Amino acid sequence: MGDESAGAGVLIEAVGLRKVHTPRGGGEATEAVAGIDFRVHRGEAFGFLGPNGAGKSTTMRMVAAVSPVSGGTLRVLGMDPKTHGPAIRARLGSVPQDDTLDTELTVRENLLVYGRYFGLPRAEIRERATQLLDFARLVDKADEQVEALSGGMRRRLTIARSLVNRPDILLLDEPTTGLDPQARHLLWERLFRLKQEGVTLLLTTHYMDEAEQLCDRLVVMDHGRIVAQGTPRGLIAGHCTREVLELRFDDQEAAAGKIRHLGDRQEKLPDRLLVYADDGEDALKAVHRTGVEPLTALVRRSGLEDVFLTLTGRTLVD
Amino acid sequence: MAPALREFCYWMDRYRRVWRGTVVISVANPLLFLAAMGAGLGKLVDANHSGHLTGTPYLDFLAPGLLAAAAMQTGVIEATFPVFQSARSGGNYPAAAATPMRPVDILGGHLLFVAFRVLLSGLLFLAVVVAFGVVGPARALLAAGPVLLTGMAFAAPLMGWAVGVDRQSRLNGLYRFVVMPLYMFSGTFFPISQLPHWLRSVATCTPLYQGVALTRGAGLGGSHPGATAVHVGYLLALTAAGVWAARRSYTRRLNR
Repeated sequence: MGDESAGAGVLIEAVGLRKVHTPRGGGEATEAVAGIDFRVHRGEAFGFLGPNGAGKSTTMRMVAAVSPVSGGTLRVLGMDPKTHGPAIRARLGSVPQDDTLDTELTVRENLLVYGRYFGLPRAEIRERATQLLDFARLVDKADEQVEALSGGMRRRLTIARSLVNRPDILLLDEPTTGLDPQARHLLWERLFRLKQEGVTLLLTTHYMDEAEQLCDRLVVMDHGRIVAQGTPRGLIAGHCTREVLELRFDDQEAAAGKIRHLGDRQEKLPDRLLVYADDGEDALKAVHRTGVEPLTALVRRSGLEDVFLTLTGRTLVD
Repeated sequence: MAPALREFCYWMDRYRRVWRGTVVISVANPLLFLAAMGAGLGKLVDANHSGHLTGTPYLDFLAPGLLAAAAMQTGVIEATFPVFQSARSGGNYPAAAATPMRPVDILGGHLLFVAFRVLLSGLLFLAVVVAFGVVGPARALLAAGPVLLTGMAFAAPLMGWAVGVDRQSRLNGLYRFVVMPLYMFSGTFFPISQLPHWLRSVATCTPLYQGVALTRGAGLGGSHPGATAVHVGYLLALTAAGVWAARRSYTRRLNR
């Protein structure tokens, strides 16, 4: 037992990890995670990127030791979740997709109740609750019922709560989904601070900018498999051109035929055409030379969205 | 603190906000029922000298039956709606399951709280019964055991069921089609000797009848030791089977 056996600061290691959901009372079994390998090192911010249903949350639940592994091996902090679930969970912080806060209790009470679940001494929980209220910028709201909090505040409280046991690893499932831009940025800033303090972060997201902002390394998942992995920059460099030209047309079919030869590669989306080229402005000039007139044209840098599109032919957010 | 106690404390933290209201209901309910049916309707019943009551005043007959039925009601309500709510995403169970707590710890703590609720509302009911002069305080305390047993015989299996329920309408269905008929026809308001023969044997097999018979024996005295053993054995077996099944379904639901 213990993470020393894992060696070289590997906190999580999955080999051929699988999860099969078998409906009770018959029905077809579905493979939510279809054999994936990954390693997460101490102090790293590691991301799972992919559309809904890619198997990200299921993977997170297995790592969180709340969902039994169907196949392959999984080691978390050097322990097997099957036999050491409580010991693993004692050292994890978990931020689920839906806030599981108690809306009838106050902000502070939520922290106290949660700390008690970890068997921490009462005085220690009180002290940590005060620190965490400060961290989550909820000091003014400490004695209000959770019912009265905004979505962003609830999310910060959920994160604060997950830190009550000073976890080695913080698991965040879609941490900013459903938040407005301002609330997202505040949350990112808090998570970035945690990262600087050395907390290992494991997060799922279907937001490119979130993955690019927070993750040192990430895997791209689709249909339960890992389709690519690397650093955000490395993935973009490896799978895309430097820039993308986005074009909108009145008649996309007709226009696409005339500019088919332009750029390294093209992607047709329902509402626009993407032309991948190392120099987007050059590509746009070439478009104009063919006599095709786009309604709008935009040159931007390639991002993880484009990596996903390249790998799967689909967009991340439908 | 034992893990199950942490879950118990969580439910107590919540209960601390609402306990006054529940105490008022637990007292007002028996007060109204015993006044209207026991004392009011009972006057008519007693004037008829029904052979089925074998000389027992109707109020004395009704009180223990109603008490057992109330224990069932508390057990059912506490074991269904809060469990259903807690098991859903965003509820307390998944939050607790992400900590060192195991599903069986969560179940254990919640069961303990349900037992507390059954016992507390039973004791308040008994205080009303004593106020009506049906039994003395010492005799009333003897009924606390049967009350707890009756409530838990319903609560344990139903918690195991409710944790896996997907729609709230199923809980309402249980209440309408199972709990209400049991409430009416388990020897609560009238002796089951009045039922047609075939229905009588059905009624005898229901857990509420067993609870009513046990509570009535404890309250009125004159219970047969053999019969008491059967009632206790039946209710204990149902509780134990319920706990066993609930341990499985909690684990299946919370560790999917």
